[in-house]
Amino acid sequence: MSAGGHHPAPVSQVERRVAALEALLTERGLVPAGFIEEITRRYEAEIGPMNGAKVVARAWADPQYKQRLLADGTAAIAELGFGGPEGDHMVIVENTPGIHNVIVCTLCSCYPWPVLGLPPAWYKDPPYRARMVREPRTLLAEMGCPLPPETEIRVWDSSAEVRYLVLPERPPGTEGMSEAELAGLVTRDSMIGVARP
Amino acid sequence: MDGIHDLGGRQGFGTVGYSPAEPVFHHRWEAVARALLVVVAGAVKASGGEFRHSIERMEPGHYLTSSYYEHWLTAAATLAVEHGLVTHSELEERAGGRFPLSGPVLAPPAVAAGPDVDTPRFGVGDRVRVREWHPPGHTRSPGYVRGKTGTVIRVDGIHSVPDIEAHGAARRREPTYSVRFDAADLWRDGQRGVWIHVDLWDSYLERS
Repeated sequence: MSAGGHHPAPVSQVERRVAALEALLTERGLVPAGFIEEITRRYEAEIGPMNGAKVVARAWADPQYKQRLLADGTAAIAELGFGGPEGDHMVIVENTPGIHNVIVCTLCSCYPWPVLGLPPAWYKDPPYRARMVREPRTLLAEMGCPLPPETEIRVWDSSAEVRYLVLPERPPGTEGMSEAELAGLVTRDSMIGVARP
Repeated sequence: MDGIHDLGGRQGFGTVGYSPAEPVFHHRWEAVARALLVVVAGAVKASGGEFRHSIERMEPGHYLTSSYYEHWLTAAATLAVEHGLVTHSELEERAGGRFPLSGPVLAPPAVAAGPDVDTPRFGVGDRVRVREWHPPGHTRSPGYVRGKTGTVIRVDGIHSVPDIEAHGAARRREPTYSVRFDAADLWRDGQRGVWIHVDLWDSYLERS
């Protein structure tokens, strides 16, 4: 917002609707004081892809952890202190030189909150949900992740209770890196499967 | 229901509006809408199925032209009205204009759920076909795999059947399976070397 502020942006229709529902629910005593701010802060600051990046970095650095992660994703993720709603049944799918995994939710917006946070807008919008199960090779290339034609693509539609996390391949040339440095290489999109670290 | 939300494989959509760096919330109202859904779902004790179905019942044009947090707002308001926390006219009065809600539930209430199914009917490697059905209410059986045959690759324990929990207090738990489909079996123009995995409840499936 520029200095002055004499011409604030007009309040949109959707903002008026949100304000109306918020006011009515608050008047009925259903919105605890500070609740909206607290839940917003948690998803902006604490619950996000930095958690998943730690899981991936640990798996890259510690072969035994990786084994546990692939055998029981929920338990191995809990070892690092992460868990909660939309993370109770975690399955980790591993990329290898010939196999690329990618996750989608065609019916709504299912996503592993404890390790990736809330999904980005494009993940929930119709083009991604419609196209990823029909033309993943084309869509991945469009999104900046072209794959050789011989690479097998495994698409995971999160249609029941399991939530998926992609374990990307560890990039070459990272042998001397610490776990913290490795975590810095892991992007949200590489754990969705639309990018590679 | 065969609603607009069932988007897998629909054609005509363009480029994904992709950005590698995106804020968690673009506007404060999105964060408020999300929190209000949590408030309402808690107050009315909505199951995951009932919540999802309240979005699926949105008018298709509204669904496709609104952001996902507007979907959550519409779901929160719809559930709040349906459970008597607020009225639709109160919402429109306060908002100073239209406040579109989702359409009515078309399925009858689920009263008799039957006993839990503890033992998986299928095992890893079994060939299964997805039942070709079109329930009037909520389901998590995506349209693009109905009638198609795939292979069970994982059995995931038992979970509440969404088709039942969305429509009342009754619950039945059943095994879910991850079923692998060859893209060539799903689409006339299926891409080579592509496997699509869909997680499906026991009652959605029959032996192939």
